[in-house]
Amino acid sequence: MVTQNKTVKGLLGTKLGMTQVWDENNKLVPVTVIEIAPNVVTQVRNLEVDGYAAVQIAAGQIDPRKVNKPDAGHFEKAGVTPRRHLTEVRTADAAEYALGQELTVEATFEAGQKVDVVGTSKGKGFAGVMKRHGFGGAPASHGAHRNHRKPGSIGGASTPGRVFKGQRMAGRMGGERVTVLNLHVHAIDAEKGLLLVKGAVPGARGRLVFVRTAVKGA
Amino acid sequence: MHILDAVDAASLKADIPSFRPGDTVKVHVNIIEGTRSRVQVFQGAVIRRQGDGVRETFTVRKVSFQVGVERTFPVHSPVIEKLEVVTRGDVRRAKLYYLRELRGKKAKIKEKRDF
Repeated sequence: MVTQNKTVKGLLGTKLGMTQVWDENNKLVPVTVIEIAPNVVTQVRNLEVDGYAAVQIAAGQIDPRKVNKPDAGHFEKAGVTPRRHLTEVRTADAAEYALGQELTVEATFEAGQKVDVVGTSKGKGFAGVMKRHGFGGAPASHGAHRNHRKPGSIGGASTPGRVFKGQRMAGRMGGERVTVLNLHVHAIDAEKGLLLVKGAVPGARGRLVFVRTAVKGA
Repeated sequence: MHILDAVDAASLKADIPSFRPGDTVKVHVNIIEGTRSRVQVFQGAVIRRQGDGVRETFTVRKVSFQVGVERTFPVHSPVIEKLEVVTRGDVRRAKLYYLRELRGKKAKIKEKRDF
């Protein structure tokens, strides 16, 4: 069994988009604005019962009529109104959280620290190998014929007589879980519940993102 | 990007005079050298103004020792201590790139006259 000895804090939020702000040295900083309304604790996992320590958090509004019976019961047990999204944060200090506790952005993060942001990347549809895997393609001219963006050879002929598994080809791109590590927190607006993170964050505007304190060193 | 207007509002300056391409402006630039800071004036003709909101920038062109110098500033940059409009120019274009090809008297911008 893996022993969890890191304390990680995390919250669910919505990506609002990117803009730019000036820092104290009058340098422009590109920032992504993430709106983090207070999250609630819906369950606390411990070693004895669940085999691991974690805290389950929930965020987002949902019409109570749309919540199914099992979920409604789960939220009722925690003593909170139903929420849209649930996630778990594995952390060693899970026992310090209480059911129904509200977690706000200003209590969880601070300006200047490093965070990781998890999101779902924008879907690119069916993409060719140049876009999807960064292949070089073929020359634009010098006798190149109708093969400008093709992958070229995908393997040998009679030996091995098949295409190897995992051969990179065209296909669906994007729309997958992407984590960006060690982003710098530029500022926090406690009043509006905004987190300003330097740099880009996966996903489209208005999509759900999970922000946690950095788990890997810089 | 109307969602982020509230975030941008903090960076926007309210004391910017109205100016457009063709105008001659004095840009008071705050320069920090080590611990000391001083103000340098960059005076020239505005040859371009582009963008909107917090991203808006303008370019000032001047000829210094027979060499054309252009500097682009964000309109709302905190580096700009003060922005003064010296003269209003009478021009027909939004982008005055043609000034780069002209020298001497031809590179002069007519002053705008209000009747």
